Amino acid sequence: MSGRPHLALGPAPYFWGEPALVDFYDTAAKSVFDMVYLGEVVCAKRRSFPLEGWLAVGRELAAAGKTVIFSTLALLEAGSELGFLKRLIANDEFMIEANDMAAVQLVRGHPFVAGPTLNIYNPRTLEVLYAQGMVRWLPPVELGAGTFAALHETRPAGVQTELPVWGRMPLAWSARCYTARHLDLAKDQCGFRCSDYPDGLRVRTQEDQDFLVLNGTQVSSAVRCNLLEHLPQMLTLGVEVLRLAADHKAVFEVAALVRDVIDQQRSASEAYRQAAELTTDDCSDGYWIGQPGISRAAAGENAQP
Amino acid sequence: MELVCPAGSLQGLKTAIAHGADAVYLGFRDPTNARHFSGLNFSTEAARDAVEFAHARNRRVFIALNTFPQAHNWNTWRDAVDRAAELNIDALIVADTGVMDYACEHWPQLRLHLSVQASATSAEAIRFFHERFDIHRAVLPRVLSIAQVQRVCADSPIETEVFGFGSLCVMVEGRCLLSSYVTGKSPNNFGACSPGEFVRWTETQGGLEARLNGILIDRYNADEHSGYPTVCKGRYCVNGPAGYTLEQPVSLNSLPILPTLVDAGVSAIKIEGRQRSPAYVRRVTGVWRAAIDSCLSDPRAFKPEPAWIAELSALSEGSQTTLGAFSRYWQ
Repeated sequence: MSGRPHLALGPAPYFWGEPALVDFYDTAAKSVFDMVYLGEVVCAKRRSFPLEGWLAVGRELAAAGKTVIFSTLALLEAGSELGFLKRLIANDEFMIEANDMAAVQLVRGHPFVAGPTLNIYNPRTLEVLYAQGMVRWLPPVELGAGTFAALHETRPAGVQTELPVWGRMPLAWSARCYTARHLDLAKDQCGFRCSDYPDGLRVRTQEDQDFLVLNGTQVSSAVRCNLLEHLPQMLTLGVEVLRLAADHKAVFEVAALVRDVIDQQRSASEAYRQAAELTTDDCSDGYWIGQPGISRAAAGENAQP
Repeated sequence: MELVCPAGSLQGLKTAIAHGADAVYLGFRDPTNARHFSGLNFSTEAARDAVEFAHARNRRVFIALNTFPQAHNWNTWRDAVDRAAELNIDALIVADTGVMDYACEHWPQLRLHLSVQASATSAEAIRFFHERFDIHRAVLPRVLSIAQVQRVCADSPIETEVFGFGSLCVMVEGRCLLSSYVTGKSPNNFGACSPGEFVRWTETQGGLEARLNGILIDRYNADEHSGYPTVCKGRYCVNGPAGYTLEQPVSLNSLPILPTLVDAGVSAIKIEGRQRSPAYVRRVTGVWRAAIDSCLSDPRAFKPEPAWIAELSALSEGSQTTLGAFSRYWQ
């Protein structure tokens, strides 16, 4: 094992609104997380905070010893969204996670994190982004362990790898808001009703199988990526940062479990089981093991000593 | 304005050219392009014949190399770039940043187009690819409104191409993993959405079931028209009875806004459908050729002819067409 990985709290995907986010990040400030990603990544209409408000949250977390990074929208359409992006990038306090090539274009020359929607599938792409200033990268959600390891092992010197290990998986992004569509509302008259669904809107098949979750313009999995069983493999690989999604309050308990595994205070399979019990979502590790993302290997099959 | 038509086979290519395509696009017979379906696409030899046929008629040929190679199969994409470059094609349509970097470095004379799979929805994103890899044209994702297309065209340093007709992706192209979530294979990692090998149709007492890798995507009554089970066009339950949660089976048709697209400075119209038959390509190409000619001769008087609309509707998914995000009837 080459060094102890840091823990990162990903950007909050649901529209929780200001009071809930303030509470959430108060908890984050006291948590085991080393890094916190802030900002709205799904819908530009959601203004949980004005830019200054977000920066103030960032300063409080920084004062608590957290490294703060601001994530950008995964889909940029309107001119106003680009304007906000430019103002966000102009802040000289916090690093940016670029989730679109427009953000890379605007932030190039400064250190940035390459987010999961930049489609880094091969070493050559990693090299190009490194030349723009990338200091850390995340794989696309669908990447399996084999390709991930190959990319990690050939990453440019000094570049860190960050891997999501817990959370629902963002699967698709659209201009259309599916929460508004479900409620038969026009997007412009949405009334921010997605705030009524702090856990998203669950989509089931006609056989009542939990399938997807609607979150405004984002569609995510209804199953929860839980790679805690695979942590020993990641520690062997020397992954520098492990990310947990800020999509559930249990994330702080799960982070403590991950930290225990890193510190060899708890077995990976036990941490997996305990994390699985903290939410009602089914768990999956399908993408990691080269299978459909919704699937999970048979219990015990992956467990490493 | 250039009419760019799909060619899934040499026969399809000849048909498209005979009925008015200014350019055709095709892919090799492997996962390097986003229509990696069995029985479709071109060997190197067939692609050479295609280029010869098209160039003899002053038409252009583009090769789509618009999927994302990984470490273990990088050489397949690299070799495909080399093969395409040696064919004297008119442009390579690329999506992967690493592939663009390779093509730009090794084949500086090869003209590059940015595939819709590269998800460039703004002039800034286009500028990124243009400045680094000398991209000459960007194909715009089908999520932009007409006002946004106008703005991107005004600010873009290069030509733009937009979708005219065909299957509608409602998600940002290049960032949709719904297919691999269910099957393990996606347009990005395999070159196909909801590959046919995972599709099962079963007659049951409850109706005709369409499954994708075992997951029930839709169930049809005897009087309902069944559609191909892509995840985004299935019927699911959200706190109530089943319905089309994301999108219904429908095809994109931007014919009604053709003069606006011309005004915006759009350089080319792309027809989707390399997987469709030559007969389909003939009918769609014929309508669009007539429409573009009519529009260019007198944009102000342009009106889609009822016969064109009827023809395109007959060829559409669910016999319905939409302006999709261009009009944003849902906005």
